[in-house]
Amino acid sequence: MESSDNDSKSALESSGEFSSGVLLAARSINKEFADKKILENISLTIEEGQIVTLIGPNGAGKTTLVRIVLGLLQPDSGAIYHRPALRIGYMPQKVQVEPTLPLTVSRFLQLANRHDRELLGNTLNGLKISHLQDHQLTSISGGELQRVLLARALLRKPELLILDEPAQGVDLGGQAELYRLISDISDSQGCGVLMISHDLHLVMSSTDEVICLNHHVCCHGKPEHVSNDPAYLNLFGASASGDLAVYTHHHDHEHGIGGGVKEHHHD
Amino acid sequence: MIDSMTLFFTTDFVLYALAAGISLSLVAGPLGSFIVWRRMSYFGDTLAHSALLGIALGLITDSNPQLSIIFSCLLFAFILTLLDRRPSLSTDALLGILAHSSLALGIVVLALADSVRVDLEAYLFGALLTIGNADLIWILLVSTVVAIVLYWFWNDFVSITVHSEIAEIEGANVKRLNLILVLLIALTIAVSMKIVGVLLITSLLIIPPAAARSLANTPEQMAVKASLVGSVSVVLGLISAFYFDVPVGPSIVVVATLIFLLFYFYPGVLKSKN
Repeated sequence: MESSDNDSKSALESSGEFSSGVLLAARSINKEFADKKILENISLTIEEGQIVTLIGPNGAGKTTLVRIVLGLLQPDSGAIYHRPALRIGYMPQKVQVEPTLPLTVSRFLQLANRHDRELLGNTLNGLKISHLQDHQLTSISGGELQRVLLARALLRKPELLILDEPAQGVDLGGQAELYRLISDISDSQGCGVLMISHDLHLVMSSTDEVICLNHHVCCHGKPEHVSNDPAYLNLFGASASGDLAVYTHHHDHEHGIGGGVKEHHHD
Repeated sequence: MIDSMTLFFTTDFVLYALAAGISLSLVAGPLGSFIVWRRMSYFGDTLAHSALLGIALGLITDSNPQLSIIFSCLLFAFILTLLDRRPSLSTDALLGILAHSSLALGIVVLALADSVRVDLEAYLFGALLTIGNADLIWILLVSTVVAIVLYWFWNDFVSITVHSEIAEIEGANVKRLNLILVLLIALTIAVSMKIVGVLLITSLLIIPPAAARSLANTPEQMAVKASLVGSVSVVLGLISAFYFDVPVGPSIVVVATLIFLLFYFYPGVLKSKN
């Protein structure tokens, strides 16, 4: 099984289909569980510095696709190409630490990278979680845990970040901030990002490409394009576009430091 | 009383018992912590019970008893690991079947091979005070090997225990590491039989880490403190066995349990003294 997988990888590699900017690509991925088709003919490409977001309803196969891309699960057919020795930082959907296992935040992070103390300090500062170092992993809030998991992924100095619902368990205000943070990281470190989300309006401003998944690719493209696509509206209901309108309007004012409104004029 | 105690601790067989018990406790601390964290106590029980079958088969084939116990424990560990990768089988029921059938089969075979006299009780409940030169060498050898491997792979073992998928993405060979850990547990159980016996082995692996849990902030602290709790239990268990004239193995387990209860209900008991 492994050898055939390697064959298909090298076939893709040698085909010269991919430019040097491509970090990872999946081609015609199919996967069944118990005779139920979970993924049907899925292809995607992630390039350097690009943020690709997978959206879709629960049970659409998003996590399965991510696990296949990561190599944790074998597809029934199809091929995964990735840049040789690609460093991936992975943030899973759920981390549940056994209550019998004592684990501080800093010890958890050192599992990823034991030696680079400076990187650890910088990463913690960048994510504003330095104060959590000595806390037990089981005692911090959902939002804090997501940041800790993001920190662990970043400690690998990843070329590609793969995030499974990074904003899970984070309150609404925190979600927007977290997505902005991910976007900033992608910009400053030049890494590609593949993430799962189920609310398009929150990730709109910080994503380059949206893939709308429901066992097959319903539609894909720029977020503005996907949000008006009939397949997307069909999947998420017309109310989704109403929500979007709120986020795509143009601001006619800004807030000053004190919160006061500064008028400014269009055109 | 003091004199008899001094005499007690300078007797050869007591020194042997102490050396064997403490060296095993030192590796049982970290190893047992993994059993607790990974919820493998039933797995350990199954291995221990299968060891009795190993003794029986060793007698029939007239081979070295220690080697045949090690062989059967490693074999069972390997089989269980393979079965565990098939999610269609219920691990819990499967372990139950294997544990008790191998224990029963071991006792039946030992009874049938009655040409050789076997002290069944020594294998079931341990016979720490009858440890000989060869036993001690086996125990020291295995403890050293287990300690070295644990030290070498420590970060990987903790990483796959906390989250195996992140560990795999970060480059750990999860399947191989799992197998190594299971084989270390099997080896340790195989040489611990003489100390507390088949029926009590897992308690020596599980109770000290459980006692250390409330005193630890990191996996490393828990492992080291579990080793200390285990060593103290061996020493106090030996003393109370001598003092109250009770079997050594169960006595060690009772002491470990009392320490566990103390720390469980009064986790601050050590801190307040400092």
